[in-house]
Amino acid sequence: MLDKKNTVFLIVQDNEDARPIIEAVEQDNPDANIQYQPGMVRMEGAGQLVVNRETVEEQIGREWDVQELHLVLVSLAGNVDEDEDKFELSWH
Amino acid sequence: MPAKKLNLRKRYELLTRGMGWETTHQDMDDVFPYDSFEGIKITDWDKWEDPFRLTMDAYWKFQAEKEKKLYAVIDSFAQNNGQTNLSDASYLSAIKLFITGVTPLEYGAHRGFAHLGRHFRGDGARIACQMQAIDELRHAQTQIHTISHYNKHFNGLHDPFHQFDRVWYLSVPKSFVEDAMTAGPFEFITSISFAFEYVLTNMLFVPFMSGAAYNGDMATVTFGFSAQSDESRHMTLGLEIIKFMLEQHEDNLPIVQRWMDKHFWRAYRLLALVSAMQDYMLTNSPLSWKEAWDVYFVENGGALFEDLSRYGLKMPKYHELATAEAEHLSHQVWSVFCLLGNATGFHTFLPTEEKMDWLSEKYPNTFDKYYRPRFEHWAKQKEEGTFQYLAALPQLCQVCQIPMIFTEVETDPMQLSFRVSEYKGDKYNTCSDGCKDIFDHEPEKYAQAWLPVHQIFQGNSGGATIPEVLEWYKFAPEDGGDYIGSQDHARWQEWKGADDKVKQA
Repeated sequence: MLDKKNTVFLIVQDNEDARPIIEAVEQDNPDANIQYQPGMVRMEGAGQLVVNRETVEEQIGREWDVQELHLVLVSLAGNVDEDEDKFELSWH
Repeated sequence: MPAKKLNLRKRYELLTRGMGWETTHQDMDDVFPYDSFEGIKITDWDKWEDPFRLTMDAYWKFQAEKEKKLYAVIDSFAQNNGQTNLSDASYLSAIKLFITGVTPLEYGAHRGFAHLGRHFRGDGARIACQMQAIDELRHAQTQIHTISHYNKHFNGLHDPFHQFDRVWYLSVPKSFVEDAMTAGPFEFITSISFAFEYVLTNMLFVPFMSGAAYNGDMATVTFGFSAQSDESRHMTLGLEIIKFMLEQHEDNLPIVQRWMDKHFWRAYRLLALVSAMQDYMLTNSPLSWKEAWDVYFVENGGALFEDLSRYGLKMPKYHELATAEAEHLSHQVWSVFCLLGNATGFHTFLPTEEKMDWLSEKYPNTFDKYYRPRFEHWAKQKEEGTFQYLAALPQLCQVCQIPMIFTEVETDPMQLSFRVSEYKGDKYNTCSDGCKDIFDHEPEKYAQAWLPVHQIFQGNSGGATIPEVLEWYKFAPEDGGDYIGSQDHARWQEWKGADDKVKQA
């Protein structure tokens, strides 16, 4: 069970561009709770959730700019920390 | 060998640092006249940072791609007569309320952020506000472009901006955004970016767009999610500005807390309209208002304020009341729309048996006890031909401008909640302790509120009769009233053939 008091989340569209991101989140955040809702996918983490560039690149077999996330992003909760290699959400 | 590409941090730094300068011919306070009168103390604007570190070139690139995707969907939707794939044409009442109530709000936010993009002293904050100003304009435009397809086939979508400035229920969003726009820049950004976008906007866009997906409205899903990706950036900006103000000076805390309390309540009251959209106007609802409130406010808002508690910021005042109201809100709002359905720009309809069973399940403590008998009574009256719309105009709350329909949910849910303040010898009515506090803190501002009902009585709204006022609103006679028997309904039947496809009664 997730501790609801520190849940961070990332919601993306339920489409082809988002699939490798969802799979990367599943792979790198084994405790993440992933919910498929109409049109979108909600990914929850306890206190922290990360999208790693390398993991997404392994999925799609090409270079991936972390900022491409903007194209499928729906909503998020948590403090954002982004650089070339990862996009991370956390509560302090 | 080509020069190594700069990293994200470095590129962002180059964009946002050192572009401004200390002015010498003019005093800095004359160049930036609005960013100090509110009492917010900023000692170092360079501490401001956009966590997305979005640079202009990346911004244009990604926005252009979002637009291309959206317009491809809009074209295909039109070419394939996407309107015929809706769950039911009555669903469009939600879209009519959206284009008249929310789209002009986006435009108001555009104007507000354009102002901030000029008037904040820090370069980083100015750039973030300029991007957001462009985003908000894009949202207003893409919503108009998308929904214009429905305007070819259905009534009530023809003049949202004219109506936004006049119609009784649209003064609710109008007064909200204009309240923020007439405040100083720090209050504006606290209101729009934090209280509205960070704390509450998920309630507007996420379940609503998911609801559009659930009702076959591909066009709305697409513009909604396209806008929502910008929204995520705005939310992040909202959280950033709060942390920035609180980190800059301890004197900022009480000011920020008061704005937070005020704009949480203002934005929450505005979302009362959304609660009715979600629970009643959507033919199929993926999530009830109460469920959305529990997930997006109670859980996620709880985590957010837990995080902010290290700065001393507390949960917004009256948030417990908002949570208690979640079991009543949509029923009370939809009731008043049904009673005033002769003066709305969209069709109203009573919930079907199936819908009422869903509401009973989602609202086990309240629906059957308080609200089902009401809807069944009206259904019986409609059947017997004795149903009558309200002939009188409702009294409005001086602050949120919603008719005084809310009740004392914590003590007696059938007792109207009614508060009165006195200011310069006049009485002002408010719907709740939240709205009364807001009035009492700035009575000189809210005493001037443009209340649609008062304006009608003062003779400023086209005339003294309902048809004259509706004409002044540019509501056509076929725009409002019951969905059953309307032109929209007839057109839907023409396409769909059988009456058994009709989901609303």
